[in-house]
Amino acid sequence: MKTTGKVTGIISNLVTIEVDGPVAQNEICYISLSGTKLIAEVIKVTGKEAFVQVYESTRGLKTGDIAEFEGHMLEVTLGPGILSSNYDGLQNNLETMDGVFLRRGDYTLPLDLEKKWEFEPIAKVGDEVMAADWLGEVKEGWLPHKIMVPFSLKSSYIVKSIAAAGEYNVTEKIATITDENGVDMDITMMQKWPAKVAITSYHDKPRPFKIMETGVRCIDTFNPIAEGGTGFIPGPFGCGKTVLQHAISKQAEADVIIIAACGERANEVVEIFTEFPELIDARTGRKLMERTTIICNTSNMPVAAREASVYTAMTIGEYYRAMGLKVLLLADSTSRWAQALREMSNRMEELPGADAFPMDLPAIISNFYARAGLVNLNNGNTGSVTFIGTVSPAGGNLKEPVTESTKKAARCFYALSQSRADRKRYPAVDPIDSYSKYLEYPEIVEDLKKRVSADWVEKVLKGKTIVLRGKEAYEQINILGDDGVPIEYHRKFWKSELIDFIILQQDAYDKVDSSTPMVRQEFMYSLVIDVCEKDFEFDNFEECATFYKGLINIMRQMNYSEFKGENFNKYLEQLNKEINNGR
Amino acid sequence: MAGRAFQKIYTQLEAITKATISIKAKGIANEELATVAGRLAQVVKIKGDMITLQVFSGTEGIATNAEVVFFGEPPALNVSEDLSGRFFNAYGQPIDNGPEVEGERRYIGGPSVNPFRRKQPSELIPTGIAGIDLNNTLVSGQKIPFFADPDQPYNQVMAMVALRADVDKIILGGMGLSNDDYLFFKQTFENAGKLSKIISFVNTTEQPPVERLLIPDMALTAAEYFAVDKNEKVLVLLTDMTLYADALSIVSNRMDQIPSKDSMPGSLYSDLAKIYEKAVQLPDGGSITIIAVTTLSGGDITHAIPDNTGYITEGQLFLRTDSDTGKVIVDPFRSLSRLKQLVIGIKTREDHNYVMNAAVRLYADAANAKTKLENGFDLSDYDMRCLEFAKAYSTKLLAIDVNINTTEMLDTAWELFQKYYTPTELGIKESIMNKYWKKA
Repeated sequence: MKTTGKVTGIISNLVTIEVDGPVAQNEICYISLSGTKLIAEVIKVTGKEAFVQVYESTRGLKTGDIAEFEGHMLEVTLGPGILSSNYDGLQNNLETMDGVFLRRGDYTLPLDLEKKWEFEPIAKVGDEVMAADWLGEVKEGWLPHKIMVPFSLKSSYIVKSIAAAGEYNVTEKIATITDENGVDMDITMMQKWPAKVAITSYHDKPRPFKIMETGVRCIDTFNPIAEGGTGFIPGPFGCGKTVLQHAISKQAEADVIIIAACGERANEVVEIFTEFPELIDARTGRKLMERTTIICNTSNMPVAAREASVYTAMTIGEYYRAMGLKVLLLADSTSRWAQALREMSNRMEELPGADAFPMDLPAIISNFYARAGLVNLNNGNTGSVTFIGTVSPAGGNLKEPVTESTKKAARCFYALSQSRADRKRYPAVDPIDSYSKYLEYPEIVEDLKKRVSADWVEKVLKGKTIVLRGKEAYEQINILGDDGVPIEYHRKFWKSELIDFIILQQDAYDKVDSSTPMVRQEFMYSLVIDVCEKDFEFDNFEECATFYKGLINIMRQMNYSEFKGENFNKYLEQLNKEINNGR
Repeated sequence: MAGRAFQKIYTQLEAITKATISIKAKGIANEELATVAGRLAQVVKIKGDMITLQVFSGTEGIATNAEVVFFGEPPALNVSEDLSGRFFNAYGQPIDNGPEVEGERRYIGGPSVNPFRRKQPSELIPTGIAGIDLNNTLVSGQKIPFFADPDQPYNQVMAMVALRADVDKIILGGMGLSNDDYLFFKQTFENAGKLSKIISFVNTTEQPPVERLLIPDMALTAAEYFAVDKNEKVLVLLTDMTLYADALSIVSNRMDQIPSKDSMPGSLYSDLAKIYEKAVQLPDGGSITIIAVTTLSGGDITHAIPDNTGYITEGQLFLRTDSDTGKVIVDPFRSLSRLKQLVIGIKTREDHNYVMNAAVRLYADAANAKTKLENGFDLSDYDMRCLEFAKAYSTKLLAIDVNINTTEMLDTAWELFQKYYTPTELGIKESIMNKYWKKA
């Protein structure tokens, strides 16, 4: 029998309920407000009193209103049909909701229960299986979607029967498995999993050993992210966090993209809704939307569901990872999630940590980042969840708790700089402050050697040094004046400008320049480094500036032209002429 | 507001603080309205049968035997076409000696639009100000604040933008407006002969600060009525959101909440987002555009109020006085319109994006040259040209007193480019250069 309770207190979305039976931490309950059911989660229990955070507005709620406890935590529904869906933070399908407004208590099913899927069995009768093993497969768009043994099953099972190839919906039985005690269990294509618990039904989690291309030069060339790796993008507002994340989501070399729009602007999500169904994924020739799922809890939607949204997104990521797919999970912004935690902790009158955030914030963040990763599945395949989160530091100050906690958890750091953004140098990723720990992994260095060229990492480090020297030279020039320093300083500065303009800056709105495949990055970067290795002679600093500006102008035109196309080659020729004219 | 049936009346207060009173009562709903000794109040906390109410105008002089009357509903506004041309206070009561508005009763602070039902904003809102139209183009359905120090003429600029914009309704939400500014708005709208399409909700500095908290929701409830029910294009002006946030911090402080950065409540981001996110382009043609004002202290945008605002809004328009020309300009570095990419080069000429970026980059070079000059270094020929360019750019384009259309702005920019620079210094895509760089 379900535990029930009565509302005894209300402060904003924190509600206390006197319960008549057992309740569990994080258990879900529904509070009835004159017929409308409001979903809530238990966050604290003292004696007979359960504290719940309500995922909806509590306007009109009264003491004495009845709550019913569900006996499980907040669950994500997993099965074919998730891809290209648009969910809210609690996995309600936004598309099937009626009306223009999000009405309180209006819940929709995550999956279409009627839709038939073309099922192909993989397992055979008599096979021994355990959680996450593949029983069969359906085509979800163009992706092979594996039907797996539910993650919640603990022991090993024998396949007693499996459905023949054919069309089934997600509630129809596709297999029966038997446990050691001879108890049968029917399997459908749909299963549920608690969002806040990591799915760990895999063999092991090795260190990431290959990079994931994003098409963004300042990431791939300078600070590459590994497949199954973690990264974060902190930056003050207006520095292009969201534009950068959208660029990555459009171009990244992943099978599945999950975007958690967490407490951000609704119009940014609309942009994805509008553009992605039109845009084509260059690698597969399919519509971008077909590989994308959006979990959206925009800033005006209930605060508590913001926290749930990132967990819902991660759980879906882990589900597709278990099918042996490459998943890229993007969350914008994790600071909003942290703020949701802060609002709640505050209402519960907990002792605050730094900036009034809860004390366990660093632990919560690192636990979450730890759910990403590349895994070896039990059947020998690999799957991965690569996670990139944005952080919105208050006042652009990177010393605030969310940024600091995230820095400890994530391996790549893409710092967006206000001064770069002010000078319209986009993406505003600071080349000196940013880093990728993966460049230090011998496995990754090997991968880059094979994938790009034998001396690639060396070249990258060389380029980083040039940028650093350029910055130092620039500071000296500013202190001593153009005439007060040797020409060498100007040359150093302009070499770093060359790398900045041609490699680091990238026009996210230009059709050609917005996405650069690794081959092209290698070509252009090697070209730039070759020019940087030449020490041209100049009579004065103005001649030096004019010369490099000329080169920058030509190479920019190359960036705007189709790779190795007619125009590209024309500019290349022009460039070589200029270089030969140099002394 | 009085005289409804089945009102619950109580007369024994259990506790009184500066902003709240507590009373024992049964069957009271969260966020319900009431009057306490005739003053409006709202339920903010329920603990058993102890109800805490926030009294909007303060609790001065309230006695423990004051009469508390519960209305049985949250704050609401009567909506109909009759709202047009009227002035209201924070409670939605007329302050222009006109009759009460008849119409459908709507609770303020209603639900959000389903993001999936939104449309992508795509209509340009021209203002004639190049600092806006050229560099930070506004789009209908956008939400954008002016960031300005208190000495900047932000209310004047906002009124100018509102009157030039092609919209069906303008809704003014004035929070802590000085009486002079209130009269300024009234007069400006009257003189323009547009009073009939303007609706105002005003809380002046003479009125209690906590009342301000109702203004944005009142204004936006009216806006939603015209945008959603009537498919109209609505422009909402909110001034000054800094004073709104200050009122939030007063309330949270009196509710014993732990303050976060700059003594603002931890929920500031969500509180502001709830307001700004009402900006929307609806599928049936209606839209709500929000232009707000956030006053700064000494240009500091890292303070919690502008900082949180910047993360919520789709850009910001930063007003400052240019010391070289003495003109008030829309600062090209600190200003941004996030939605401009949806219209520039599409609704405007193809060279818009390139011209805008090149001009700002050159203006940045001028700023560097200026630093050099200030540090006592010799300037190169390029530096000198940049400084000249910056002056001309500031006077002919950035200044808020410029009123020309976008094509004229682009032509002006090309003129300046040709006067001060060589083609390579611009770094603009060749196909664009070939078309717009007039060969001498």
